[in-house]
Amino acid sequence: MSENKLIISADKCVGCTKCVKQCPFAALEMDGKLAVVNDSCTFCGSCVDVCPTKAIILNRAEQKGVDLSAYAGVWVFGEQKNGKIQSVVLELINEGRKLADSLDEKLSVVVLGNDMDAACQELLEYSVDYVLQIDAPELADYAAEPYAKVLSDIVSKRKPSIILAGATSIGRSFLARVAVEVKAGLTADCTGLEICEKMLHQTRPAFGGNIMATILTPNHRPQMATVRHKVFKEATKNGGCGGKIEKIAVDDNKLLTSRTKRIEFITDNETTINIAEADIIVSGGRGMGKPENFALLEELANALGGAVGASRAAVDSGWIPYSHQVGQTGKTVGPKLYIACGISGAIQHMVGMNSSDTIIAINKDPDAPIFEIASFGIVGDVFEVVPELIKAIKNK
Amino acid sequence: MALNIVVCMKQVPDTTEVRINPETNTLIRDGVDSIINPFDTYAIEEAVRLCERVEGSKTTILSMGPPQVESSLKDALSVGADEVVLLSDREFAGADTWATSYTLAAAMKKLKPDLIITGKQAIDGDTAQVGPGIAVHLDMPQVCYVSKIREINDEVAIVERLLEDGHEVVEVKLPAVLTVVKEINEPRLPSLKGKMKAKKTAVTVWTNDDLDTDPECLGLTGSPTQVSKIFSPPKRGGGEMIDGENAQEKAETVVAKLKELQVI
Ligand SMILES: Cc1cc2nc3c(=O)[nH]c(=O)nc-3n(C[C@H](O)[C@H](O)[C@H](O)COP(=O)(O)OP(=O)(O)OC[C@H]3O[C@@H](n4cnc5c(N)ncnc54)[C@H](O)[C@@H]3O)c2cc1C
Repeated sequence: MSENKLIISADKCVGCTKCVKQCPFAALEMDGKLAVVNDSCTFCGSCVDVCPTKAIILNRAEQKGVDLSAYAGVWVFGEQKNGKIQSVVLELINEGRKLADSLDEKLSVVVLGNDMDAACQELLEYSVDYVLQIDAPELADYAAEPYAKVLSDIVSKRKPSIILAGATSIGRSFLARVAVEVKAGLTADCTGLEICEKMLHQTRPAFGGNIMATILTPNHRPQMATVRHKVFKEATKNGGCGGKIEKIAVDDNKLLTSRTKRIEFITDNETTINIAEADIIVSGGRGMGKPENFALLEELANALGGAVGASRAAVDSGWIPYSHQVGQTGKTVGPKLYIACGISGAIQHMVGMNSSDTIIAINKDPDAPIFEIASFGIVGDVFEVVPELIKAIKNK
Repeated sequence: MALNIVVCMKQVPDTTEVRINPETNTLIRDGVDSIINPFDTYAIEEAVRLCERVEGSKTTILSMGPPQVESSLKDALSVGADEVVLLSDREFAGADTWATSYTLAAAMKKLKPDLIITGKQAIDGDTAQVGPGIAVHLDMPQVCYVSKIREINDEVAIVERLLEDGHEVVEVKLPAVLTVVKEINEPRLPSLKGKMKAKKTAVTVWTNDDLDTDPECLGLTGSPTQVSKIFSPPKRGGGEMIDGENAQEKAETVVAKLKELQVI
């Protein structure tokens, strides 16, 4: 078949409407007792699986791909800032190692920077087969064009089968360039990676966390993915596995040119910890009522050695700056302990924190959705419970 | 100097309205509206403001999608866009970010913009990959997560971009792609004049015949990634509700449990 087409068999369709409800794009409608497909169909195939009578068939046109056997090796992008390897890289090493082992391939970390000798040496203390070190003054700080051009160049020459990068602002914006340049598939913000029949199955939330999708790259290579921070555990130093550093010189200066220039960097003048990295987070929502009440949360956070987060409602009300926002349009966090105070639990908030190890929810409303995901729920007034929590923690 | 600005706009289901039916574990999308991707409303507003700042400039909205996207394009006209173009063809259907950015870039070759503005990401696909993709297809530089356009002239723009730990000030040569975050502005509401203009202005519709493309690069066929399965997120089981006479008792119970679990 050379045409992409969703075919619904009129003979088999019993008009149960299951497919209509399943379709994320409203591309299926009922025409009397028969399901019909409209122009919004994206051929995602989610209707095919739910049809109880197997009345739906998805025909995918043949794709011109590449010779898959020419590609091997799992690569992790060794994101660095100011010469320091970011913690998400350790998470990727841990996960990349598993993928490499199940494919029986090598694991490499690719580091773009300048004078990165010490950092690269340290990476060999983890289970890494190769560190590919690319040093150039132009690569010292992230810049989209040279980063993308240099990586694309090595990818085309060395043909890895998988590339993983952190779904950080750097990873997301520059891997998207690489993927287009080398005509690879790129799956965004993955929370699950698995090898099945030699193929990388990439699972990710979409529609603001309302649905999960598993994405494949059947006919193109490399299979590229950005991976959500704090979902996978960090690799630990285990003395390494006899890995080697390979320095790669950029021989074509054209690859290093950039049409953007960093003029300055203004660090947020707040001294608070970056919540995306915090191990304990105390978060406040609409139930906090007013900005002054966040002082109470700060006190609790201080008692625990944690940071203060917030729901979008609190940020939009101007009670606390955006850099504290947890959720779909804010930061994704995965601390050991997350205490949600006066947060009802909109799905957009929960997708940003539901991978926390332990969640405590404090809310007046016993029906608040946040309780559905809380490890421990306390129905009560935040302004009574939080001061008692502070006391109990100080007394422990 | 006058700027020819193209804003990319995606029509999306209003995901804040989307709910999962707990019994059937499927999306409930009855009554879910199609809206302009929220991040794109900031992109449109910024373009319209630039046109107000730089005389003789023009904002064109470009969208790829089914015919129903026309309604969102009309909405864009009512908040100040000058022209709207819809790319609609069954050949384009099923595109991932590679094929989407390829097709949008093909239309850009006809529109010849000095500046392309996109939203940071779409709230359905959620990838944030289309903006950078367009930039590569057109061999342009990009700046993602722009929170302010400080200065702009024929040749360069100086912009601020929002990163995890601060703001980066960047100078970028034009033509370029900027993706914008919501901190950049406060989108206006449609004016009466705008609504009149929206009524009068026709949506330009281009099919694949109007573009110079390679059919192997379009739609599902041109997409390296394929959605293999869509399912509801696994439910994180609710835990234990803490009982107690009063706040003090509840607080002490929960702290004791945390200690037991060695969380604190
Ligand atoms: C559940 C699910 C998961 C998916 N996962 C992936 C994936 O991991 N990788 C992948 O490559 N594709 C994926 N896709 C396909 C992807 O959603 C489509 O390619 C889509 O057309 C663009 O991606 P996006 O919605 O993520 O847009 P983004 O890249 O997030 O959009 C950024 C900006 O680009 C502009 N833009 C995006 N689409 C259009 C358009 N059609 N017309 C005009 N402007 C536009 C807008 O300005 C928007 O603000 C997925 C689709 C589904 C349904």
